Amino acid sequence: MGKTLAEKILSEKSGQDAHAGDIVIASVDVAAFQDGTGPLGVRQLQKMHLEKVRAPKSILFIDHAAPSPRKELSNDHMLLRAFSKKTGALLSEVGDGVIHQRLVESHAKPGDVVIGADSHTCTSGALGAFATGMGSTDVAIGMAMGKTWLKVPETFRVEVKGDFPPGVYSKDLVLYLIGMLGADGATYKALEFGGRAIEKMSMEARFVLSNMAVEAGAKTGLIASDRKTKEYLRLRGRIRDWRLLRPDKDAKYERVIEIDASKLVPQIAFPHTVDNTRSVTEAKGVKVNQVFLGTCTNGRIEDLKIAARILRGRQRAPDTRLVVVPASREVYLSAMKSGLLEVFVRAGGIVMGPGCGPCVGVHQGVLGDGEVCLSTANRNFRGRMGNPEGFVYLASPATAAYSAINGEISDPREFFSKGKRKTIRKTVKKGKKR
Amino acid sequence: MILKGKAWKFGDSISTDLICPGRYFHLRSNLPELAKHVLEDADQDFASKMAEGDFVVAGNNFGLGSSREHAPTIIKLAGVSAVLAKSFARIFYRNAINVGLPLLECDTDKIEQDDEIAIDLATGTIHNRTKGIELKAHPLPKAMLNILNDGGLLAHIEKHGDFRLD
Ligand code: SF4
Repeated sequence: MGKTLAEKILSEKSGQDAHAGDIVIASVDVAAFQDGTGPLGVRQLQKMHLEKVRAPKSILFIDHAAPSPRKELSNDHMLLRAFSKKTGALLSEVGDGVIHQRLVESHAKPGDVVIGADSHTCTSGALGAFATGMGSTDVAIGMAMGKTWLKVPETFRVEVKGDFPPGVYSKDLVLYLIGMLGADGATYKALEFGGRAIEKMSMEARFVLSNMAVEAGAKTGLIASDRKTKEYLRLRGRIRDWRLLRPDKDAKYERVIEIDASKLVPQIAFPHTVDNTRSVTEAKGVKVNQVFLGTCTNGRIEDLKIAARILRGRQRAPDTRLVVVPASREVYLSAMKSGLLEVFVRAGGIVMGPGCGPCVGVHQGVLGDGEVCLSTANRNFRGRMGNPEGFVYLASPATAAYSAINGEISDPREFFSKGKRKTIRKTVKKGKKR
Repeated sequence: MILKGKAWKFGDSISTDLICPGRYFHLRSNLPELAKHVLEDADQDFASKMAEGDFVVAGNNFGLGSSREHAPTIIKLAGVSAVLAKSFARIFYRNAINVGLPLLECDTDKIEQDDEIAIDLATGTIHNRTKGIELKAHPLPKAMLNILNDGGLLAHIEKHGDFRLD
């Protein structure tokens, strides 16, 4: 019987003919902690006198509270650094970037089993890895023993065809899908994205899909490894990490979902759940106090380019703050070299160092009571950005950037429709003359 | 083992951000302090009102969101003896078993705030003593039952030196 990507990888890694529903013990290629979950994991290993790492790549990422805003967190960071020194686990320091972006850039590869003590570990699924989020104890044991137990998930195949209209992106596709499935619509399942639209999609755009798989409850979000994957790894000096990996043609799927990208419109997830998605037209006019461009979902160079294209030569609205956080050092350097950072700063924004930034409410852009943030992140739960009285809306970088200019949630398709762009250009020129 | 206590009712989609808010990130290495804020963004006074042994009773998809194991850990540490919900999010479910917090998947519409509940973990029987009705929880998968019975994942590995799931 044919196999899905999940079944293929877990068969290889467990050494048994694995099918959906089976429980397997799989070897772990990458085990990762971040600074919010790592200290608990490290202490669990200390408790068991198991302070060693057997997973080929065991990595500690300091990204959620980086640089540290308080002494308690500084001490947590010290604990992680000491563990790295003692065990040889790799350390990703303050400024290196968000765990999931760093994993796809430098660590995860097609066919791997990747476990991370962070729910968005599923991001690496876009490289064709079985990547899933777990808790501190699971990852600690996986790191120390080099293996973990997994139930082989059933798979939902998401088949996407058609070309994306201007102003519509993979973020809109995945928000639409989550709205359709519901926040628990794919619980315990693997999502497997494929079809012509996915084949044509850049790796950067694919990561967005896999990143948000967990927001429908899924265990992972897989994409076949193809030429795009190869090129992505080659550009990072990792051609040896590439291999072709596809699901079998006769793989068995629990469900097949077909989406025509050409029919999609920009999506907004309304507070306080990710599946509360509606078309941007329904959100038009919602006043925005802060626009946040960044995170492991949409803080990559392609995202910053799209936003900069809209913001170039323009100004954020006076009552709308613009916070930009590149997802990693690589993204930051690339944005710096190509002048994107200057675009954001000139537009009235602030660019901060690579990391999670305000995403999880620890520091750098916590909302005030009743304030609204339009964010390119993956979550908008109540309290997510540090204040239960705040409101977080989710959107694509294009929608976020265009809304920053208007001070309210706006439809980025307006920017891309010809007539409108001319008027925008004109206003910019006028502004300059004055 | 029979667990007895009062029901504290919550709704659907109780996220780990509501259970263990990100703004207390700095308390994650101070679990007793963190536990004072358990479920704070869902019910501000929950931690001070509940009594040792009580139950958290919720709707669908309890524990969705982040992988923070601190969420089930502080629910347990606060003295909650089990969480009952119509369904649980995947990572939370696994974490709860790993830290030894019992979860019961059942029809929680039949339980109201303040109902007196008794649970037989071995059989998964939930007795609503206030309403005089009995509910049945979906049984745990065998692998998870083994881990829970050993007292969590650390204890399981310590006992067997490896995974012993079947
Ligand atoms: S950017 Fe946000 S969602 Fe991504 S790892 Fe950091 S806190 Fe989590």
